[in-house]
Amino acid sequence: MSFGHKHILGIEQLSADDITLILDTAESFKEVSTREIKKVPTLRGKTIINIFFEASTRTRASFEIAGKRLSADTMNISASTSAVVKGETLEDTAKNLEAMHPDIIVMRHGHSGAPHYLAERCGFSVVNAGDGAHEHPSQALLDLMTIREKKGTIEGLVVAIVGDIAHSRVARSNIYALKKMGATVRLAGPGTLLPTEIERMGAEVTTDMNTALDGADVVMMLRIQQERQGKALLPSNREYSRFYGLNPENLKLAKADALVMHPGPMNRGVEISSAVADGAQNVILDQVENGVAVRMALLYLVSGGEQLAEQSA
Amino acid sequence: MAVRETIILDQPAINRALTRIAHEILERNKGTDDVALVGVVRGGDHLARCLQQRIQDIEGVEIPLGSLDITMYRDDLASRGSLPVEKTDLLFPLENKRIVLVDDVLFTGRTIRAAMDALMDIGRPRSIQLAILVDRGHRELPIRPDYIGRNVPTSVSEKIVVQFNDENNPTEVRVAKP
Repeated sequence: MSFGHKHILGIEQLSADDITLILDTAESFKEVSTREIKKVPTLRGKTIINIFFEASTRTRASFEIAGKRLSADTMNISASTSAVVKGETLEDTAKNLEAMHPDIIVMRHGHSGAPHYLAERCGFSVVNAGDGAHEHPSQALLDLMTIREKKGTIEGLVVAIVGDIAHSRVARSNIYALKKMGATVRLAGPGTLLPTEIERMGAEVTTDMNTALDGADVVMMLRIQQERQGKALLPSNREYSRFYGLNPENLKLAKADALVMHPGPMNRGVEISSAVADGAQNVILDQVENGVAVRMALLYLVSGGEQLAEQSA
Repeated sequence: MAVRETIILDQPAINRALTRIAHEILERNKGTDDVALVGVVRGGDHLARCLQQRIQDIEGVEIPLGSLDITMYRDDLASRGSLPVEKTDLLFPLENKRIVLVDDVLFTGRTIRAAMDALMDIGRPRSIQLAILVDRGHRELPIRPDYIGRNVPTSVSEKIVVQFNDENNPTEVRVAKP
């Protein structure tokens, strides 16, 4: 089984076999992070530019560490320090970067489809680190890796995703990924944060959190994205917390060994209580650890993906 | 084009070669003190397990065994594409160990160079020795095995295939001529 993709733009384009290969590769790379010398020469001589048009600490650090552990030269550009603030277009930024011959661009952008736009116009590989409310493929893959590691499989599991589905690229990528791997996905959130016709993606949808939690193997909490939604969609954080916050009481509705996940950063006391966030069932830091391994796998696989795609053509 | 295949080692011959290599390892290292086997995935790891068993049969000592995947250390990512990465499993410290690196076929030497790089990144063994089931020649690097099952002169276009059964025990070695 070989990987034929030059870009990672979303989970939508990946097959179940692609996802399995990424997870298997990530498991092998995870061992590197446990060594005393946490570095292998795999991508020596490759240049990776992380360009983040939106604030991010976790994902950017994770991609940067992943690149460095593979011996690539990595550099970071954030929108506030780039020429974007001077009015440069995305295409001009991309063309200028291309002239410096990078091999991979890891991009986060506030607009859905921005990485696709770049991938169509430039010669380097593009890895989507989150685009608008569209997709966040590396987050979904690290979630899958964590679930597979803890549960042994993904197929047949019931996964409840609770919270701000409408603004969540994490939810969208996870729905694609979990469905492709044979899990049942339940979505729960207030009606104002459930996109219309989201059930077309193959998930069960409810506005009652307890229904979603009932017998779930995995509970994935989403952050209330205050910066995206404004004030109009929720009466108050307190009310949201009462109906859609995860606490030790409603967690009992899920299976006794259910995993509690959160893509971070958490709003403690809003979507998740501290008792649960620090409880025995949470795997939130496992998600962060697996994030580096998954991103190493993605950078490695796209580096060879182009050649394999050409060979098989 | 038709491919002609010749069996150059059958199962009894492989068994004799592995038993001889096990004795040579013990003789050269004067026993089992600080000796550890590391097999190169895949093929080498199965042979390393066979050698560990033989050394245990001879000396009654179970020496440490590890497996090493060298995909992350290959120098041909650009031309070969991203090959599947297998597991590296070295659960013992390498410091002061006499490591016997085990592989099935020695050809250009690039795999062994990568394996040595990988070992050095993980720890600092006292020495590294090399055990090979089949040495087919055509070295591109100055690498010489310490223990050889069989020297097989080949042309570059020929292929050496080491066959393993379902229990990962070696069953035969064939040379395929195009």
